[in-house]
Amino acid sequence: MPDIPQRLLGARPGRALALVAAAAFVAFVGLPVLAIFVRVVASGSLGATLTRPIVLEALRLSAITSLSALALALLIGTPLAYLLARHRFRGHELLDSLIELPMVLPPAVAGIGLLMAFGRRGLVGEPLDALGISIGFTTAAVVLAEAFVAAPFYVRAARSAFFEVDRELETVSRTLGVSDWGTFWRVTVPVAFPSLLGGAVMCWARALGEFGATIMFAGSFPGRTQTMPLAIYAALESDLDAALVLSAILTITSFIVLVLLRASVRRLGGAYG
Amino acid sequence: MVDLRIVKRFDGFTLDVAFAAEAPVVALLGPSGSGKTLTLRAVAGALRPDAGRIVLDGEVLFDSERGIDLPPQRRGVGYVPQEYALFPHLDVAGNVSFGLRGVNAADAGRQVAAMLEAVGLEGLERRRPRELSGGQRQRVALARALILRPRILLLDEPFAALDATVRTSVREQLRELQRSLGFRALLVTHDPDDLYLAGDVFRYEKGRVVGPSSSAAK
Repeated sequence: MPDIPQRLLGARPGRALALVAAAAFVAFVGLPVLAIFVRVVASGSLGATLTRPIVLEALRLSAITSLSALALALLIGTPLAYLLARHRFRGHELLDSLIELPMVLPPAVAGIGLLMAFGRRGLVGEPLDALGISIGFTTAAVVLAEAFVAAPFYVRAARSAFFEVDRELETVSRTLGVSDWGTFWRVTVPVAFPSLLGGAVMCWARALGEFGATIMFAGSFPGRTQTMPLAIYAALESDLDAALVLSAILTITSFIVLVLLRASVRRLGGAYG
Repeated sequence: MVDLRIVKRFDGFTLDVAFAAEAPVVALLGPSGSGKTLTLRAVAGALRPDAGRIVLDGEVLFDSERGIDLPPQRRGVGYVPQEYALFPHLDVAGNVSFGLRGVNAADAGRQVAAMLEAVGLEGLERRRPRELSGGQRQRVALARALILRPRILLLDEPFAALDATVRTSVREQLRELQRSLGFRALLVTHDPDDLYLAGDVFRYEKGRVVGPSSSAAK
């Protein structure tokens, strides 16, 4: 055993450094997560807090809006991703970059952009308002904000998923008499499914956590636009227990998303290998 | 009867070929990049020529002058690409029955079983493509195409994906299958050893047919 320090510090200094860095990283990411759960348990009022209106309303609203945003992303993003993966056309690169823009755009900027477009005085919002339709500061605005920010995660994944489907499979399907539409559903989608699922889960998780664009474009009204992240922020001063419980739920959800993502991609990916 | 005359221009390469053949098995022989596979894809309807005509048994599949371009679905050809392109998410039965329409499940099951028996794969219905050997995969691809009774099979380098050790026996199996089932085939190959399967051979070079040599050697 006397050679251990020598090996760590002498022969492989890089390894010691890596261990220290890894420990620091684990502590850095792990401590805040741990702290949330320690406080939730310490407060001892988990059950009572869970059924408080602010928590229940936020849970309900988050579920509805994040799933609606996901549905919107699937509906619009799937044909778009297929188009980008299968066809080259003028403006292809521009469209590609435009799709990824919300991923790098600060959420506050996304929020103000949505306001300027769909708000009551916005480019589209104003004529809509004249028709009696107003989007800003409604639950629909939450869905739009979440979809704006989260959809790129699905579209990007779907684009490369479709791109990687062997086109010979589709050609064979067509020569077997199956329509282009049928080929899409019976060949392209099932073969791309593991990656499509991965993109959809990431999109949903991002929508669930959306904060910045939502608070600017939809405000923070309990029961109407106050999703879980907004409720956490709103409760921070007045009702820390509620904020902690919501945080714990989001943390657990995020964990489950990661675990499921890995498991399903591995299983499905392996099945096709 | 295959009667074909097509032109297709690419960057730095032009496919400009014409041939007519009567034999049950017709081979296109040439080095890779000579345009054989492109020709096969044009017959399948996966590649649209700039100009020309493709006629199969008197039916016009493509005619640039008359504006005819049948979609792959209506060409009645059985396309078997080089790596066989089996559907990875379906088992053998799912692959073979893929193109069947208007038959109930029991009927489809019987047809699939009969087809698998014909190609010597009886009992492998529930296997996945990845669990099969190269020769078995090829026969699943053949069965998937043949079950629809195509007018012609389009075989792209049918033995190139196989180990040299099994190539000879798989080739012999294909010959026997062709005789017992009586299908016709347009066969693309770079390997002169494959030519004994074919009645008509057309040599490809740099996008052109450089020589018809009817009735193969051996």
